[in-house]
Amino acid sequence: MNVSIPAAGTRLFLSGNDAVARAVWDAGCRVAAAYPGTPSTEILEQLRRYPDIYTEWSVNEKVSLEVAFGATLTGNRGFCAMKHVGMNVASDALMTITLTGCVGGLVIAIADDVGFSSSQNEQDSRYWGRFAHLPVLEPADAQEAYDMARAAFDISERFETPVILRLTTRICHVKGIVVPRERETHQGAGFEKNAARWVMVPAHARQRLPLQLAREAALREFAGESPFNVVLDGADRRIGFVSSGPAAMHVREAFPDAPLLKLGLSCPAPMERIREFAATVERVLVVEETEPLLETEIKAAGIAAHGKDVLPRMGELTPPLLRAAAARLLGEAVPPAPPAPLQVFPRPPTMCVACPHLGVYFTLAQVRNLTISGDIGCYTLGAGHPWNALDTCISMGASISMAVGMDKGRGAGDANKRIVAVIGDSTFMHMGMQGLLDAVYNRANITVLLLDNRTVGMTGGQDNPGSGRDIHGASAPRVDFAKLCEALGVRPERIRVVDPYELPTLFRAVREEVKAEEPSVIITNRPCVLIPEYQRGVPLCVDEEKCNGCGNCLDVGCPAISVTRRGKEVKPSGREVELAWTRIESVVCTGCNLCLRTCSAKAIVPWTRTEEAMP
Amino acid sequence: MSDVTNILVVGIGGQGVMTAAEILAEAAVGLGLDVKKTEVAGMSQRGGVVSSHVRFGTRVLSPGISPGEADILVAFEAAEGMRWCSYLKPGGSAMVNTLRLAPPVVSLGLYDYPADPLEAMRAAGIKVHGFDAGAIAKGLGDLRLVNTVMLGAIADDLPFPAEVLKRCILDRFRARKPHLVELNERAFEAGRQVR
Repeated sequence: MNVSIPAAGTRLFLSGNDAVARAVWDAGCRVAAAYPGTPSTEILEQLRRYPDIYTEWSVNEKVSLEVAFGATLTGNRGFCAMKHVGMNVASDALMTITLTGCVGGLVIAIADDVGFSSSQNEQDSRYWGRFAHLPVLEPADAQEAYDMARAAFDISERFETPVILRLTTRICHVKGIVVPRERETHQGAGFEKNAARWVMVPAHARQRLPLQLAREAALREFAGESPFNVVLDGADRRIGFVSSGPAAMHVREAFPDAPLLKLGLSCPAPMERIREFAATVERVLVVEETEPLLETEIKAAGIAAHGKDVLPRMGELTPPLLRAAAARLLGEAVPPAPPAPLQVFPRPPTMCVACPHLGVYFTLAQVRNLTISGDIGCYTLGAGHPWNALDTCISMGASISMAVGMDKGRGAGDANKRIVAVIGDSTFMHMGMQGLLDAVYNRANITVLLLDNRTVGMTGGQDNPGSGRDIHGASAPRVDFAKLCEALGVRPERIRVVDPYELPTLFRAVREEVKAEEPSVIITNRPCVLIPEYQRGVPLCVDEEKCNGCGNCLDVGCPAISVTRRGKEVKPSGREVELAWTRIESVVCTGCNLCLRTCSAKAIVPWTRTEEAMP
Repeated sequence: MSDVTNILVVGIGGQGVMTAAEILAEAAVGLGLDVKKTEVAGMSQRGGVVSSHVRFGTRVLSPGISPGEADILVAFEAAEGMRWCSYLKPGGSAMVNTLRLAPPVVSLGLYDYPADPLEAMRAAGIKVHGFDAGAIAKGLGDLRLVNTVMLGAIADDLPFPAEVLKRCILDRFRARKPHLVELNERAFEAGRQVR
């Protein structure tokens, strides 16, 4: 499992995530934890390959932060990584950890999905630095991600404070040249009892508050002198830019001759440095992703500045956007927009060929009068064509708790509605179990479909307590979901384990459980097609002679099935029906037989491989 | 920043777009250049569009290529060439595999596949070179050679010798699948011939 580790001083080509992983290892960190989440996932995926460091997939981000924090109480170094929404979950711990501070260095990497590549919202995690009074480092490329991740541990220990390493997609997933330095080692002295510091009851916590504020003042002074905050000078002083992270790179690209104050240690904001900088230029433009955070602070300090008055409030910034904004600010002609893209059909993400979720959504689409509360994972795609069988998606675990609310808060039109929650195995363990306990305790009439595919699918197949493997792929205790649901109070009669490829059985199970007047759980038990447990069957094809154009197989939504021709038929009743003859891309078919079970003409048959059929 | 070369490699998840971009980047890294490479492939495993941005030169700042700034567009699929051709700078050129891969939304009749993507690009004033990389790869005996054929096809448009890129590809195979070195060399040279 371990990789061969290139020596310090080697010129490497690494992504920001890889660079952070290397830095955490080089910093002699002892414990690192994370829950997978785009764009942060690869940090722990890389880190687990290094020796002499404990790594784990935690069940959620709050757990990962607490694991990392616990390790630092021994004097050793701890690290956790999460996507932006993960910090919402972890923030309960964060807001008190900031009071106690840490002994060994504690670094928290938070990766913002600026531009929504794979998230339910867009957040600016720099706010946590202000909210929790913590220093925030903002690298602008992979080398800085390495340098700042290492510096973060030193800052953390020097000021006994957790440090936030704020990343964005354009750090995490951008490869660049990185030269790592020598590794250091750390040996904590061990945990020292100190109730006044580690037991945060009001009497103790009250005493920590002044220390926290003093720490912040010291950090502000430190940030004022930090080499991570630098002026890159330029002769064109009409606009002086204040920027951080990848946005600073865009500024330098778009305005190579303009002065730029690039903030790497951006919180606490080094306001005197900013004031001095502002005095050297005609006007200040603050360029930040995504909220007007520094801009607001700078203005509050009495420094005139522009920002979101000319720049977009959301999404990724780019050099052309900046050039247009600067032109607007200077009252110059805005450069012509680049040519508009030619219009082409979209390629929305689809579920995989033979995905076990296909059977679930095919079934849910057939049952009437369902309100389907959804969750976060591959199965969120059930909201799309052809199933249209998922009605909500908000946050991890919300499917079940929202279903409770939908049941208890039924409106006039909901009287005969059955409420179903759909949630994956990993999301259930992350934050869904509490909702089910709530449903049982409060006697909600809901049916939970727990889609157990034994992996965290959406982020690329990481292990979890349901997969039977740890972060290294070694055998690990495997949770028994049926027993777990029973322990949470669901009656055993109302817990069913069903093969999602057995459509009639699944259909019956859904029909019966939604009618039960109590909480029920249907667990589907087939693995993700992308993990080793998945077993391929005999590929299928459509016998053109037999295909009658009924198109039922298309309702499965398998991307291996496509339409070859269309037609219309007038039924004896006079009703006109649309027909669609289909084919199966047999080379990618894994023989799950879902479509076969929908075929009215028995036209879907085993495929015998021929040279001609190769694409 | 005038010495920065911008290459945009596009296609569909699973086609080898990211590997091709990685090899281009590796070649530039090997020459001691500053290099940045980024992609948007959040859900590419699930049939989505993949675009990989490779930038190299003395000093590369922004990670991504902006519309109107690409020197070379390498498209592994015809409609994807069309989707991304507005990223080319005036005078830039597109190397397009004429393969047509229709997604489910097209086969289900929700959208149309453009009749002639290459012609649409030319009508938009783009310098396009289209060819059937799959036919060349199959002619050599393995469809998986498309990746190497495509790289060969742009090898003589790069600001460094084609041999540098070739060596990079062959070294990769030498390390992992030595029996495929010779075949890939032929695929690379066949790609060079299409221009």
